[in-house]
Amino acid sequence: MKRTIITVVGKDTIGIIASVCTYLSDHKVNILDISQTIISGLFNMMMVTDTTNCTVSAQQMAEDLKKLGESMNLIIRSQNEEIFNMMHRV
Amino acid sequence: MINIYEVHETNEMIQHENLDVRTITMGIGLLDCVDSDIDELNRKIYEKITNCARNLVKTGQEIEAEYGIPIVNKRISVTPIALVGASACRTKDDFVSIAKTLDKAAHEVGVNFLGGYSALVSKHMTKAERLLIESIPEALASTERVCSSINVGSTRTGINMDAVRLMGTIVKKTAERTKDSGSIGCAKLVVFCNAPDDNPFMAGAFHGVTEGDCVINVGVSGPGVVKHALESVHGESFEVLCETIKKTAFKVTRVGQLVAAEASRRLGVKFGIIDLSLAPTPAVGDSVADILEQMGLESVGAPGTTAALALLNDQVKKGGVMASSYVGGLSGAFIPVSEDQGMINAVNNGLLTLEKLEAMTCVCSVGLDMIAIPGDVSEHTISGIIADEMAIGMVNSKTTAVRVIPVIGKTIGDSVEFGGLLGTAPVMPVNRASCEEFVSRKGLIPAPIHSFKN
Repeated sequence: MKRTIITVVGKDTIGIIASVCTYLSDHKVNILDISQTIISGLFNMMMVTDTTNCTVSAQQMAEDLKKLGESMNLIIRSQNEEIFNMMHRV
Repeated sequence: MINIYEVHETNEMIQHENLDVRTITMGIGLLDCVDSDIDELNRKIYEKITNCARNLVKTGQEIEAEYGIPIVNKRISVTPIALVGASACRTKDDFVSIAKTLDKAAHEVGVNFLGGYSALVSKHMTKAERLLIESIPEALASTERVCSSINVGSTRTGINMDAVRLMGTIVKKTAERTKDSGSIGCAKLVVFCNAPDDNPFMAGAFHGVTEGDCVINVGVSGPGVVKHALESVHGESFEVLCETIKKTAFKVTRVGQLVAAEASRRLGVKFGIIDLSLAPTPAVGDSVADILEQMGLESVGAPGTTAALALLNDQVKKGGVMASSYVGGLSGAFIPVSEDQGMINAVNNGLLTLEKLEAMTCVCSVGLDMIAIPGDVSEHTISGIIADEMAIGMVNSKTTAVRVIPVIGKTIGDSVEFGGLLGTAPVMPVNRASCEEFVSRKGLIPAPIHSFKN
């Protein structure tokens, strides 16, 4: 399984999760877990997804989600889970 | 499973604290290109480099996008050209033609620097090595991306003072040849003692003869991340200070390890080493000087600076070594002046001198780095500065280097803009008492004794 972490940071508005989920379902990405919290007054959402069958490249997905975020005044990142595992797990 | 706070911490480091992978450097061995015909040699070198590195930049960009971590530079180092060109080059112009080939190859594959226009002359010079050194001013003036480094001493051989004297002249000539662009040629020229074979950082990178055919070395960075971590430990003990630096260095290095392993896998090239260096950039907050000030100094250069830097350098290594499978290169804190806004401020405020910087190089990598000096400083004085720095490296069994820029037409109080990562350098005063008689002596300073350590 190839796991990708999607994070959304910004001001909470209606439809954030819906629009991210629509993109993911359109590209055959399965959502494994969602969590959200407020850090330093900003809405933070994290999705753990399975991108094994994703129909676009990791580079393309990161670019698309970044643009989607910009259209809603949010920062959306899509990153291979391994960078977090390497940094926070020995 | 990874939690939202850990993800947030990583992304904060990337977005606000300038965490990045400073360079992926592909080392390419050129010994199999050796030919006695200069045209044939140039053709083989161009083919080998463009063939090995054709996917380097693209792969770097893919990794950047997939992991969301900036990889600032993609670079190449090659076998010291004095060795590669020895049988073909009869004149300085022959060597310059190789420099132009390297520059062309660097443009073709899209890397921003290519290092290895180098000679290793820590004991004596061959005819070819002397020719290469003499060709440096022309080679650096007529190319854009080629970097040059000369190793003039080592702990085991002593210091080749003939080469030190020659390099004083060459640095000056390189400054003259590139005077229209702030003597920038000298920013691409490093003089080393104990140069490592696997350094990924420019301008001193070359692919040593102990290396294999092709290898990926990665330089990590992250002064901004360390500085941010130290903001929360004011007033704490040295134990807490050290632990904080170690933990941060570990995290930063793990990212480098991941990128190195991934680049190596995707390119089908052996992974060499991670260079654990705190490399500053001119960006605000990405400064080694700021870290030292965060530890409790009013300004870098104040008494206590050398001790603080020694502590920082050691803890970065201790944290980083466990995070990576192989560590090498220069590994330590860099203290370039022009590339570090905190250093620039300290120089402009009269709080940081060349002499203090020299003392600092005793406890960190690498040496007197990116320091602009008045253009009328004599070649003998430059040789003297080089000799002093080489002596520190030789006696302390460490790598030291000199990258000074005598800026033609400028003097103390002026500053010179190099642009990009090379930054802005205030012209610093130099002690003008003569060392001409000393550096004019012929021969070697013998290797030091390795006992009676005092």
